[in-house]
Amino acid sequence: MSNPPTNNPKYKWIGTRPDRPDGADKVTGRARFAADFNLAGQLIGKVLRSPHAHARIKSIDTSKAEALAGVKAVVTSRDFPEQPDVIVPAGEMQVNLRDVTRNIMAREKVLYEGHAVAAVAATNEAIAKQALALIKVNYEVLPHVIDVAAAMKPNAPLLHEHLMTEGAKPAAARPSNIAKRIEFAKGDTAAGFAKADVVIERDYTTQAVHQGYIEPHATLASASEDGQVQIWSTTQGHFQVRGFCARLLNMETSQIRVTPSEIGGGFGGKTVVYLEPLAVRLSQKSGKPVKMTMSRDDVFRASGPAPGADVHVKIGAMKDGRIVAAECTVAMQAGAFPGSPVGPACMCSYACYDIDNVFIVGYDVVSNRPKVAAYRAPGAPISSFAVESTIDLLAQQLKMDPIDLRLKNAAAKGTKTAYGVTFGTIGMVETLEAAKNSPHYKTPVKPGFARGVAAGFWFNVGADSSAAAHVGEDGTVTVISGNPDIGGSRASLALMAAEELGIDYDKIRPVIADTASIGFNFVTGGSRVTFATGLAVVNSVRDLIRDLKGRAAKTWGVDPEGVIWENGMAKPAGSNVGTFEPLTIAQLAATAGKTGGPINGHAQLNVTGAGPGFGVHICDLAVDADTGIVTVGRYTAAQDVGTAIHPSYVEGQLQGGAVQGIGWALNEEYIYNAQGRLANPGFLDYRIPVASDLPMIETVLVEVPNPTHPYGVRGVGEVPIIPPLAAVANAVARSTGIRMYDLPLSPPKLSAALDAARPLMAAE
Amino acid sequence: MTDILYKVAKTVREAASLMAAAKGKGRILAGGTDLLVQMKAGMVAPGTIIDVKKIPEMVSITETKGSYRIGAATPAAVIGEHKKLKKAWPGVVEAINLIGSTQVQGRASAGGNLCNASPAADSVPALVAAGAIVTIQGPKTRRTVPVEKFTSGPGKTTLKAGEIVVSLTLPARPKASGDAYLRLIPRTEMDIAVVGVGVSLTMKGDTCVSARVGLGAVAPTVLLVEAAAKALTGSKLDATALDAAANACSAACRPIDDKRGTIRYRTKIAGVLLRRATAIAADRARGISKQGH
Amino acid sequence: MAKIHVETTINGAPTEFLCEANQTLLDVLRDQLGLTGSKEGCGSGDCGACSVTVDGRLVCSCLVLAPEAQGAKVETIEGMAQGDKLHPLQKKFVEMAALQCGICTPGFLIASRALLERNNNPTETEIRYWLAGNLCRCTGYDKIIHAVMEVAAEMRESAK
Repeated sequence: MSNPPTNNPKYKWIGTRPDRPDGADKVTGRARFAADFNLAGQLIGKVLRSPHAHARIKSIDTSKAEALAGVKAVVTSRDFPEQPDVIVPAGEMQVNLRDVTRNIMAREKVLYEGHAVAAVAATNEAIAKQALALIKVNYEVLPHVIDVAAAMKPNAPLLHEHLMTEGAKPAAARPSNIAKRIEFAKGDTAAGFAKADVVIERDYTTQAVHQGYIEPHATLASASEDGQVQIWSTTQGHFQVRGFCARLLNMETSQIRVTPSEIGGGFGGKTVVYLEPLAVRLSQKSGKPVKMTMSRDDVFRASGPAPGADVHVKIGAMKDGRIVAAECTVAMQAGAFPGSPVGPACMCSYACYDIDNVFIVGYDVVSNRPKVAAYRAPGAPISSFAVESTIDLLAQQLKMDPIDLRLKNAAAKGTKTAYGVTFGTIGMVETLEAAKNSPHYKTPVKPGFARGVAAGFWFNVGADSSAAAHVGEDGTVTVISGNPDIGGSRASLALMAAEELGIDYDKIRPVIADTASIGFNFVTGGSRVTFATGLAVVNSVRDLIRDLKGRAAKTWGVDPEGVIWENGMAKPAGSNVGTFEPLTIAQLAATAGKTGGPINGHAQLNVTGAGPGFGVHICDLAVDADTGIVTVGRYTAAQDVGTAIHPSYVEGQLQGGAVQGIGWALNEEYIYNAQGRLANPGFLDYRIPVASDLPMIETVLVEVPNPTHPYGVRGVGEVPIIPPLAAVANAVARSTGIRMYDLPLSPPKLSAALDAARPLMAAE
Repeated sequence: MTDILYKVAKTVREAASLMAAAKGKGRILAGGTDLLVQMKAGMVAPGTIIDVKKIPEMVSITETKGSYRIGAATPAAVIGEHKKLKKAWPGVVEAINLIGSTQVQGRASAGGNLCNASPAADSVPALVAAGAIVTIQGPKTRRTVPVEKFTSGPGKTTLKAGEIVVSLTLPARPKASGDAYLRLIPRTEMDIAVVGVGVSLTMKGDTCVSARVGLGAVAPTVLLVEAAAKALTGSKLDATALDAAANACSAACRPIDDKRGTIRYRTKIAGVLLRRATAIAADRARGISKQGH
Repeated sequence: MAKIHVETTINGAPTEFLCEANQTLLDVLRDQLGLTGSKEGCGSGDCGACSVTVDGRLVCSCLVLAPEAQGAKVETIEGMAQGDKLHPLQKKFVEMAALQCGICTPGFLIASRALLERNNNPTETEIRYWLAGNLCRCTGYDKIIHAVMEVAAEMRESAK
């Protein structure tokens, strides 16, 4: 069972577990997700996708499709202007606009199976599908390359004929599929390894995995003759949808209004645009609203998965467990266009530890796969799998408890990371100790089971947020923000507003406004909403309180400084101000017309000071030696969560992230055939964990408040996907005596490794 | 807008004549859990969909002198709720109940699972082990065929034009008989079998007096592994007999490498599952009840 | 080809619709009848987000042809609450945070109700296997399983 409710004694509302504001809508089917939006007269849009992994588009003939009765518009890359070579943020990642326009609609070449080459809008789905079949694309099929190692070879087929490796040492002499080389260095690793008692060096690989959100991408766009556009979409950032559509269609942002639907999961995968620009263009051309939804097959083939990578790790330590040198090289799939999360992968690799000598190199490598997108702590699980597996090897070799070894090296306040940042108040040590003291770790491992441990780090993000707080005529409050609520953030925002205002949680209605109704907000991503948008909400409420105090001052005829705000009421600051009965928000609202009109507060800020998060996971599992089937028997996720605003949803983040990580470790992978086509584009053979695969996921919430946030909030959503990969692999190693270096640990692979290690038994 | 016809047949004969009239473009709709997926994926484009679920004979289970006739379109969930059938043929019922999720169980049928002709069909190895007989209705006549002879390759059956599967018949059980089906999947649910093994045994004391073994997902069709049955028959199911039967299963494999498993893995697992399924079937034959999850 | 006229009962209300032979029940519920509480996550019966009951039997509505609804009784998430009173499962899911994004929630609720109607004393393992056809990517299932166990316990208590 998870933690019992922990009412935070410092607060009235923070740390409680009230019903979420969108709860009733979501259990009755009333909540509207993107595919639930419809407009009268809408057309259905469909995308024609490349059957080839790599091919030159010699010509596209859409005339027959256009002539089909019921077809109202057809678009190809000709309908989208060329874009400049400019890097822009896309959620937690970076993308080049020149590439984005090519990703939404192939131009010169198709670069992966599923790459969009044309789109149609028709009066119904059947006609739209018929129209797709009538589009003739003349392809010149080119040799393709799928895996990183192959793509890095000098004679590999080139995706982009002019791509020169940025940051190469020495400078690149000719084009390759290596888009970028990055490096992080601290101290002198050669000297560190020279003095180390133990040096362990290993190679690891991981496969591409998908976020696996259950709601496919969907959008509805309506363009008017005067150039204005409305979009309803499932996205982690409707301001980014607006921004990308404006750039890709040469429009002004003010002409585009984007309303986010309820979002059926994203995990980073809904921070980029796929369908929206196409739907807008089709709507502009047809003069009708256009609705587009991806099939599950489309989602797997054509939306951005998380990359696979090859990782090399070398760690040197003294006999007492002190790590004195550490190196890591990460070669990461970017997909068809540059821009993998190799940067964060490198930066997070050793961030859990205080190590004097560190050297990290990363390569961003393109291949004929869909362009990768963010997935929960982008990049970090991959490098962490390799590093945490190697640290487990070290613990085994030194015969040390794996938590003690990590405690010996744990980062703390003042630790300088390899990427240059010096940590402030962090909770790595506290989290390791909490894991060590957890009921799980203190219980002996059951017979037949083995235990693995691993840690993980994520920066967490701040960035731009806007919020507003409006008082209604009756004194209840609407809190308006602009981040799609992906896991209960409305509840957290309302709790902070209630705490700040001193009124009941149910007197506050949190809503998520469209792009025209609130100021700019960066995406829901980077574990930033409760932290950064939470801060914007707190500030907007403080602005509101300032207004409320001013109204009380006016009512009483005193200076605003003479009014304080306490328990949801304006009170005189002291007896010298005069004797007045406290005024509630309702009373102030009732007289607002006489004191200056509507009572509102707002805030907009660029939030810095995100508190890094650390997690430590414990996994007990059993391996069926004959079949290679792994059964997870017990699992605990401990994490420094800053302050748990709504503990149930904090636990939920830990549990959900842990299970995604378990899936990544055990069975999830993109499988390509010899033609470079995805062999498992569905939930049948892309195997995300099902309920019967799992035990309960125990959580330990370690509260080390983030000093830069008024309520000590740290992001919590991303850390929990990082440790499971190695926690599972480490448990498998301790169960079987066999170290697995390649994910996933699927039964055929594990069984083959078991047999290879027992040649006599296998020969029977 | 669509040219597809949807017809509800009231009798087996009507279904067969609708099938014949569709001239090769007819598809039987039982649970639809394969048909609808294939239609959506564009793998099949039926001219006429013939719904057979209003035909009593095709959605019922009847017992005659210990022999069970299962209507081909009977939903798996209904089969799982039939206590007497489950007692007589626990392995067959478990195998049928492993087809898909709870939701799929509400629709999927043993007849559909058979006619889909996937080598990995869960129910078929158990039906092969059980010695099930398939009853087929043509436009004019009925015929029967042993279940192991029904499919001819992946997605291919031996049905002739206008023929439909009406029911599956399980023979009466001698005393001290038991059956079991085990499959290997990477997860605990929602996967297609990487290997499936059905075993049916009759014991006399400690000796196995007859055995049948069905093996799935390791060849173009589900196999009846006579060599494995032979190894078990007459034995006390001792290590030597089990080794021989397991080796016979591995030797019978003609698998492929694919996204679900490797040749090496499937070949090995065929033997592993034979041993485990035999143990369960033997326990059942001896009256020691073993349930699945 | 003329459309097929179907008379059915949805959430207790007699309902008629016209459909094509190859339309699914899910398509008709969502696109024609405005019952968008049933979700399409895969269209192939692998995710359970479109779960409904047909004549009391739990099914994926994406794997049922619309004409098959003729004469049947269909129950969807929209019929689960009685007036303004949430079903105990609905209430417990909200109370126990058994949902995050909520896209899988209608399917889980319909499937859980079908389980508890058959068995009000399921083990954790039985609940996990019964719900294995309902995918959730947010919660790790933990709080969903706890919520179903709680409601089952309450049902047993009130049956005493």
